[in-house]
Amino acid sequence: MHEMSLAESVRGIVEDAAGAQGAQRVKTVVLEIGELSSVEVEALRFCLDVVLRDSLADGAAIEIEAVPGVGWCLACDRSVPLAQRYDPCPECGGYQLRPTGGTEMRVKEIEVE
Amino acid sequence: MCTVCGCGAGEVSIGGAGWSKAARPKGGATRGWKAAAPAQAHEHSREPAAEAAAGDAHIHSAHHHLHFGTGPAHAHAPGLTQSQMVRIERDILGKNDARADENRCSLAARGIFALNLVSSPGSGKTTLLVRTLTELAGRIPAAVIEGDQQTEFDAERIRATGVPALQINTGKGCHLDADMVARALRQMDLADDSLLLIENVGNLVCPAAFDLGEAHKVAILSVTEGEDKPLKYPDMFAAADLMLLNKVDLLPYLAFDVERAIAYARRVNPAIEVIRTSSTSGEGIAEWLAWLEQGMAKARAARAAAVQSA
Repeated sequence: MHEMSLAESVRGIVEDAAGAQGAQRVKTVVLEIGELSSVEVEALRFCLDVVLRDSLADGAAIEIEAVPGVGWCLACDRSVPLAQRYDPCPECGGYQLRPTGGTEMRVKEIEVE
Repeated sequence: MCTVCGCGAGEVSIGGAGWSKAARPKGGATRGWKAAAPAQAHEHSREPAAEAAAGDAHIHSAHHHLHFGTGPAHAHAPGLTQSQMVRIERDILGKNDARADENRCSLAARGIFALNLVSSPGSGKTTLLVRTLTELAGRIPAAVIEGDQQTEFDAERIRATGVPALQINTGKGCHLDADMVARALRQMDLADDSLLLIENVGNLVCPAAFDLGEAHKVAILSVTEGEDKPLKYPDMFAAADLMLLNKVDLLPYLAFDVERAIAYARRVNPAIEVIRTSSTSGEGIAEWLAWLEQGMAKARAARAAAVQSA
């Protein structure tokens, strides 16, 4: 996928934030990746390993917090868990679902020293 | 390099002009990176005394330096390290999305209706574009941005219709991004109230996540690809507002279930519109052109309203 571009964006965000803190080193990078986002987590880890080399976050631990997918079922008029975009509503079996959670791709926090 | 599709920091060039070479140092990456550490951090590590005065513990001689007062509180508690968590809460695609919003605003201010055409390679995007532009010729001013990893073949096919086309070569990249389109727009002299068609890199995966500033993503699925594509690549069909089911003139020769393909697309995106098209037979082209003209009318009306209220 496009994980290399995403990894480059992560590096930019982490370096901006670490620079603003006057940090010497970034020890941990915590990402929030939704289950319904278009990210393959293992590919992203691999890309980050490459992209973060020679940066303030070289060798940083990458923690990825998964955010569960949630959809709004129009038929049931309520939120339901949604593991994949093409899954049916677990209540009514229909497909009138709009993802409402678990689509995010964010840098949540970093640990600096 | 990306383990899934092989994309990576490549050699982007726009219009064959090779802006990447001028814009990037040799061996650099697609995007500019900041220096690894801010200048003041270096100074501080060399010259700690002034700032460390606020700290509570530092031992330094000419060559050795133990300093516990560089934390945020300039203090040290036994047993605790000086590391701290910094909350960031920033979208990974935030920069791209901000640039896409700039593109969207500048296009809207000129009443330009922009579409981002996405599909797998070989779905008939360029042929459909050529047919569309031929039909619109003389009536509607249009321009095209072509995205491919390499070559100007597609832009040349578009230019043969008399429509200006700018080729972006992404090098190793697997999708266009908002910054590439912003740079392309600066090189193009687009007419007010015109149509801008952006043909993304042929790839049913990566372009889904990258907003370019378009009014709509239009996914093109050809009937030679198999009706299960919307489930296999749900992100793209979820991101698109319109699906063109293309090459329908070939249906008599294929075991392709049209209704099932549409049902699968609506499973991932209940709101997606569908038009069946064939550049060869002309089926659905009138409906597609009417859809384009409706979108253009909306873009024109929005600009007129903005001009009036200004």
